Amino acid sequence: MTSWPILSVVTFLPLAGALFIALLRDDEAGLRNTRWVALWTTLVTFAISLILVWRFDPSVPDFQFVEKAPWLGGAIGYSMGVDGISLPFVILTTGLMPICILASWTAIRRRVRAYMITFLVMETLMVGTFCALDLVLFYFFFEGGLIPMFLIIGVWGGPRRVYASFKFFLYTLVGSVLLLLAIMAMYWEAGTADIPTLLHHGFPRSLQTWAFLAFLASFAVKLPMWPVHTWLPDAHVEAPTAGSVILAAILLKMGGYGFLRFSLPMFPEASQHLAPLIYALSVIAIVYTSLVALMQEDWKKLIAYSSVAHMGFVTMGLFAVTAQGISGGIFQMLSHGIVSAALFLCVGVVYDRMHTREIAAYGGLVNRMPLYAFVFMVFALANVGLPGTSGFVGEFLTLIGTFRVNNWVATLATLGTILSAGYMLWLYRKVIFGKLEKASLAAIRDIGWREMIVFAPLIIITILIGVYPKPVLDFSAASVTQLIDNYHHALAGAQTAALAR
Amino acid sequence: MSAAAYPAILPVLPEIVLGLGAMALLMVGVFRGAASVRVIDFASIALLAVAGAVLLALPGGRLVSFGGSFVVDDFARFLKILALIGSAAAIAMSVDYAQRERQQRVEYSVLILLSTLGMLMLISAADLIALYLGLELMSLPLYVVAASHRDSLRSTEAGLKYFVLGALSSGMLLYGASLIYGFTGTVSFPGIAQAAAQGGIGLIFGLVFLFAGFCFKVAAVPFHMWTPDVYEGAPTPVTAFFAAAPKVAGIAMFVRAAVAAFPGITNEWQQILVFVAIASMLLGAFAAIGQRNFKRLMAYSSIGHMGYALIGLAAGTPEGVQGVLLYMAIYITMTLGVFAVILAMRRSTGMVESIDQLAGLGRTHPTMAFLLAMLLFSMAGVPPLAGFFAKFYVFLAAIKAGLYVLAVIGVLASVVGAYYYLAIVKIMYFDEAAEGFYPMPIELRIVLAACGLFNILFFVYPGPLVGAASAAAHSLF
Repeated sequence: MTSWPILSVVTFLPLAGALFIALLRDDEAGLRNTRWVALWTTLVTFAISLILVWRFDPSVPDFQFVEKAPWLGGAIGYSMGVDGISLPFVILTTGLMPICILASWTAIRRRVRAYMITFLVMETLMVGTFCALDLVLFYFFFEGGLIPMFLIIGVWGGPRRVYASFKFFLYTLVGSVLLLLAIMAMYWEAGTADIPTLLHHGFPRSLQTWAFLAFLASFAVKLPMWPVHTWLPDAHVEAPTAGSVILAAILLKMGGYGFLRFSLPMFPEASQHLAPLIYALSVIAIVYTSLVALMQEDWKKLIAYSSVAHMGFVTMGLFAVTAQGISGGIFQMLSHGIVSAALFLCVGVVYDRMHTREIAAYGGLVNRMPLYAFVFMVFALANVGLPGTSGFVGEFLTLIGTFRVNNWVATLATLGTILSAGYMLWLYRKVIFGKLEKASLAAIRDIGWREMIVFAPLIIITILIGVYPKPVLDFSAASVTQLIDNYHHALAGAQTAALAR
Repeated sequence: MSAAAYPAILPVLPEIVLGLGAMALLMVGVFRGAASVRVIDFASIALLAVAGAVLLALPGGRLVSFGGSFVVDDFARFLKILALIGSAAAIAMSVDYAQRERQQRVEYSVLILLSTLGMLMLISAADLIALYLGLELMSLPLYVVAASHRDSLRSTEAGLKYFVLGALSSGMLLYGASLIYGFTGTVSFPGIAQAAAQGGIGLIFGLVFLFAGFCFKVAAVPFHMWTPDVYEGAPTPVTAFFAAAPKVAGIAMFVRAAVAAFPGITNEWQQILVFVAIASMLLGAFAAIGQRNFKRLMAYSSIGHMGYALIGLAAGTPEGVQGVLLYMAIYITMTLGVFAVILAMRRSTGMVESIDQLAGLGRTHPTMAFLLAMLLFSMAGVPPLAGFFAKFYVFLAAIKAGLYVLAVIGVLASVVGAYYYLAIVKIMYFDEAAEGFYPMPIELRIVLAACGLFNILFFVYPGPLVGAASAAAHSLF
């Protein structure tokens, strides 16, 4: 279907841009060029990824645009491809990158060149993670993202950046090395690291359980699930705005993507067996972190805890393994990717002006910043899950998907929706409404045209897919159906085998 | 006497070239004096290159000489090339240091050449006598160069410590060799392998003593105690040399002896190696956390790395040996690169060794800091750098061999180890800038750039090295 390796181009184009920036001179003109090169690289990458959407055939459930090349020898190769599950995440990544670059346009003043290079390298690794069709290659991209993110938090972060960056790195690494061992065990069991082959391999029960737990260790940290979420508030708070955006919008989704790509289809028996564990952790995440969010005094921390709660809906929906649950989980991830990114950008707007994230330092912003108040309202309500916004569709689908399987879990999770209204509206009232009494806020400017360019597409998409989610859902429908069919098929097969014994 | 009675010369040709060349250079040094230091340094590097070229020009396959006690197979070729590269880099890295510290001595390069000759013998040794001869030829020059700053208390202490403990370990090794000879009646590896198939408690005792000697040479726990002191005390170029080439040779003799001489009793030596590997990884990870001296930190780091390399040997399979070979290849590039930076840590006040002196290196020397950071991440085993693939292959072999506990402890130790590598990156990038260093001499730049780029770009085309290591590993089995 394709004559040129389009996925490799999308993946490695940002890297090429990074190399180009590395060659630019380090003076005033070079600085300006750096920003423009970074922006254009991400825009072109986004444009090429849109070609992917255009050429993609949603009715085919299998991997498309497949590329293969020898890499490490043996059965470990360079193998790329996307299906209806991974392609939306690729688009999410490439689409958010230009926004991140724009958001850092003036906010980053120190070491701009290094900053842009790090971001572009990060993009390559993230896109690669979603496109990899070889387990080792997946791990290579998945884990490689640690270095740039560590540097983004550590070099351009806030006052406690060292603590946050170390915590982020070591937490994620502990989970990931166990994942690596599980990958190796699967490699020797199946004789290949090729993901499409492994999807139909049928691993023995004991290996499934161990491998599932190892994968869980990694993805739960990444997602993050309660109780291994504690790195996230620290990392979010200390990271620069664009770093928080990447973390919330894309890095967290790697965990959910991992569950969907590996845990469910490769270890169906273990998934079914251990689903109660996932439900319990999800419900605790939803209720507990929502309560924690209610208590926050730091703006970014509040959004970070709300992210953990929203990811709880995702895991709950995915492990229900119903059409609504899984579609809802994917939709919720995409929606959260956009909404949380926008919320962090909103924080970034006022942080750039006031250099504080303390909620109490603000109040009555609507008087000076009406446009900003509107933008923030859209995303705050989307985060609550108001019908008509994308947040509603995701939460609703995951809830009904889960309700069919487990009423109690779904009922308890609904509490999260109520609580999210609690903390978001409370935050909105404190920050936006009231009298503008604080002297420091008297001269605050409303958002400018560059910031509007950043927010406009996000607002449009949030409302558009909230009102008419069908195209997005259809996009992944075939792949999701195949996943669910295979899952039940594998379970039925295992049951027959158990009965035969 | 017929021609067949003479041993075949061809397989030993690289060693002969190196040996004669070293003696010739020694003569030049003796007659021309200190004025010829630079010439001898460059001639030594050239000589190592020639030896490498001769080695590569030998006919392929398995060549045997001296009645089977000297073997050149793909395994030997692979490791000999590594040892030659390590030695050449070590000589190159000493040039500027010797000049600035007024320690220019003709003997230095010649001693390194002789030590390298010992390594090459050791790598090819296929019986216990040849192994011991190679080992001693490698070690004696090391004792001398460790103490080469004869007026420095630390350097002489390091040399003396190394010598005394080294002699002790040689004694243990010899005792083990004599036990093995006593119980099997032969010193050749294939002969031992045949006799060892029946096992026997005496043989096991011999094996344990032999392995104790090996562990000392590669600095694996519990025979690692000399390492931090010697690394810290020896002149820095000497430390760089210690950390690279002799480890390659030590691991080579370890692997060949274990695989060629004791294939029948793998279970017996596997438990020893599992313990040694776990203990080395854990000690390397935890003990390095508190170190502020960069050289001492590298000592603990190298102990940890030997633990990882030995995981592959513990697996005892061709995959495992392939992992060991790749690990050593990548390990020496990481180590040499880091030492190139340590050697460049020089201010108006002289050499500094504390990692705190690297503060703000990302500001003052961006390229150097970037390459060092990449090397450190590589040592931590984070993709996309070469160090990840090094760890990947040894763990892959361990999982296949069913050594799950070893693998789990190993990866967790690598997370602990990542902490102190990150701590250095933090000092370089997150802390406020300190005073810059003197500009880096050209030969250090070359070594650092080559090692750094190798580690960064390894993932692009890993095929050749992985394939060569695989072929080398299979030549042993």
